[in-house]
Amino acid sequence: MRSRRLWVWMSVAVILLGAGVATAGTLSDVRAKGFVQVGVNGQLAGFGIPDEKGEWKGLDVDTGRAIAAAVFGDAKKIKFVPLTAVQRFTALQSGEIDVLCRNATWTLSRDTALGLSFVQVNYYDGQGFMVPKKLNIKSAKQLDGATVCVLPGTTTEQNVADYFRTHNMKMKPVVIENNTELNKAFFSGRCDCLTSDASQLAGARSVAPNPQDYIILPEIISKEPLAPAVRHGDDQWKDIVNFSVLAMIEAEELGITSKNVDEMLKSTNPSVQRFLGVVPGNGKDLGVDEKFAYNIVKQVGNYGEVFERNVGAKTPLALERGLNALWTHGGLMYAPPFK
Amino acid sequence: MKETTMDDIAPPLTRVGIIGWIRMNLFNGVFNSLLTIVIVLFLWYVGPPLIRWLFVNSLWGSTSVACRNAAGACWSVISANYRFILFGFYPYDLQWRPSTAMLVLVCLLLISRNRRLWKKWLLYAWGAGLCCMAVLMQGGVLGLTPVESTQWGGLPLTLLLAIFGLAAAYPLGVLLALGRRSKMPAIKILSIVYIELIRGIPLISMLFMSAIIFPLFLPEGVTINKILRAQVAIIMFTAAYIAEVVRGGLQAIPKGQYEAAETLGLNYVQTMRLIVLPQALKIVIPPSVSILISAFKDTSLVVIIGLYDILKTTQSVLANPEWMGFSSEAFIFLACIYFVCCYTMSNYSRRLERELGV
Repeated sequence: MRSRRLWVWMSVAVILLGAGVATAGTLSDVRAKGFVQVGVNGQLAGFGIPDEKGEWKGLDVDTGRAIAAAVFGDAKKIKFVPLTAVQRFTALQSGEIDVLCRNATWTLSRDTALGLSFVQVNYYDGQGFMVPKKLNIKSAKQLDGATVCVLPGTTTEQNVADYFRTHNMKMKPVVIENNTELNKAFFSGRCDCLTSDASQLAGARSVAPNPQDYIILPEIISKEPLAPAVRHGDDQWKDIVNFSVLAMIEAEELGITSKNVDEMLKSTNPSVQRFLGVVPGNGKDLGVDEKFAYNIVKQVGNYGEVFERNVGAKTPLALERGLNALWTHGGLMYAPPFK
Repeated sequence: MKETTMDDIAPPLTRVGIIGWIRMNLFNGVFNSLLTIVIVLFLWYVGPPLIRWLFVNSLWGSTSVACRNAAGACWSVISANYRFILFGFYPYDLQWRPSTAMLVLVCLLLISRNRRLWKKWLLYAWGAGLCCMAVLMQGGVLGLTPVESTQWGGLPLTLLLAIFGLAAAYPLGVLLALGRRSKMPAIKILSIVYIELIRGIPLISMLFMSAIIFPLFLPEGVTINKILRAQVAIIMFTAAYIAEVVRGGLQAIPKGQYEAAETLGLNYVQTMRLIVLPQALKIVIPPSVSILISAFKDTSLVVIIGLYDILKTTQSVLANPEWMGFSSEAFIFLACIYFVCCYTMSNYSRRLERELGV
């Protein structure tokens, strides 16, 4: 309740300040400072979390590093600011951070009323279901009559009720306030399935007593496009952030990885030559170094590498590419031509 | 006079020794006997499994995988992550600096325990110690790498927020209490408004305001350090509570004392400094300490504005899938740290009370 009132307060404040907040040149400010300030989550494994040495790890964190690599040619010229869900948009508005990479869902109201600009989505999330393997369920449509463990008061609860209604199925919700308790209830067999954002389900599964006994069903019942955001009204900065994310996707499509990027400099493929800045033009148009894409791939990696490193099969989250595969592999990751 | 001595007869077994003690203290009535039996049974059922969980079956330096199959507590969550829990984002190779700073602080606190050493040099020692700690934490001079305050975290941050918060809030609280009892209407009204306003809102709202609303009202490009903002909010909040406690002490001083001071020709400042405050502050030691203790624990609320104090660093470790689910162990560790700090405070205050003869 408090957070909602705060929300209203903040929106009012943001609207009042409105035009005054939109800076003329984030890029020149960032260059003057000598580092990019990136707002991150801090508590979400796979997306933004410090390791035992205090080093930042995660998909969102690496997205921030890509931006630093594009601007400075050095992915280390970056400062991470851990933010809570309520703080995140204000921190961007007040100029405390230059870009927000904190698993924020891109919605119409945020893009307009809150005065933000979202760029290329770096992770397509969505609400899913997890069930024990022994139930032999292969699709969410077989869940008729199931007991469903769900957090109360979230869009999650509403989404799952809508889904069951539209498919003429019955469900018995088991509503538990606390996330840890919810997971415990599911693993101890109190309900047939657990529903939450797919990436979080993977996290929950990784700490199950026997992770291999559970599967996440293929159906995704809500859209949660997670994208970096910048302040509204600074198009040059938005372009740089946008194309930093896109460069990682394009690199994967062109088959350029952090390992082979130096060999790829000799490639005769004109797309690769333009992309890596062997044939100049892209960098000048964007207002950064011609080698920005080279630096991103060399220091951070392409999207596939970043995905596998943080949330992929070898990590505890063990997420499938799914919607986050390249468009050539049936996913949604699609970059416009770099020319 | 007879010279023969009587043989010493030992007192009955049921009156002395262990058995006697047990009878006198544990079974000296129906109710107490029942209570003893119930407690012993309770300990019998709870004690051994608890000890097995805590010590016998526990793992101390293993991987998280080994922990998942263990029957006991997984203290490895602490041993694997203690540096992040204690120091947060402070650069890994430079963590000797906050450790030294905390050591200096502990030494100063230990020395200050002894009231006979409360002389001028101790004040200078504190000044020097605080400068030393600031230099160690901040760096930038003497060839130390600068470390920004945004990277401070863990225990040093908790102690920083608590100690500076309390040290600054106490004088402010005393001033507010004096202001509230002042005969000058403007000062009186201002103090009352301040105290009642601050006491009327929860600390969480103040922290939220400092973290979220306040930056929006600053001019473009001006950002004030997040830690400083939280620190100011804590000081303002604690001061209002201390003010009311001190006011209680001021009111307990009999009117005769004020009149006697006036008769001696002392002015307001002298009256307060020499006569009233020394007595009043002595009276309010117990309630002040309970406010200080609760303020110390309240610093953990900075979690909600994203500062990495020791609670947040612990939560952050627990959000890591590798260590997810070992929250009991991590929070027991945390509780021990908080307990040591709070118990030291209350112990010190009791000692002070005894020495001052309150």
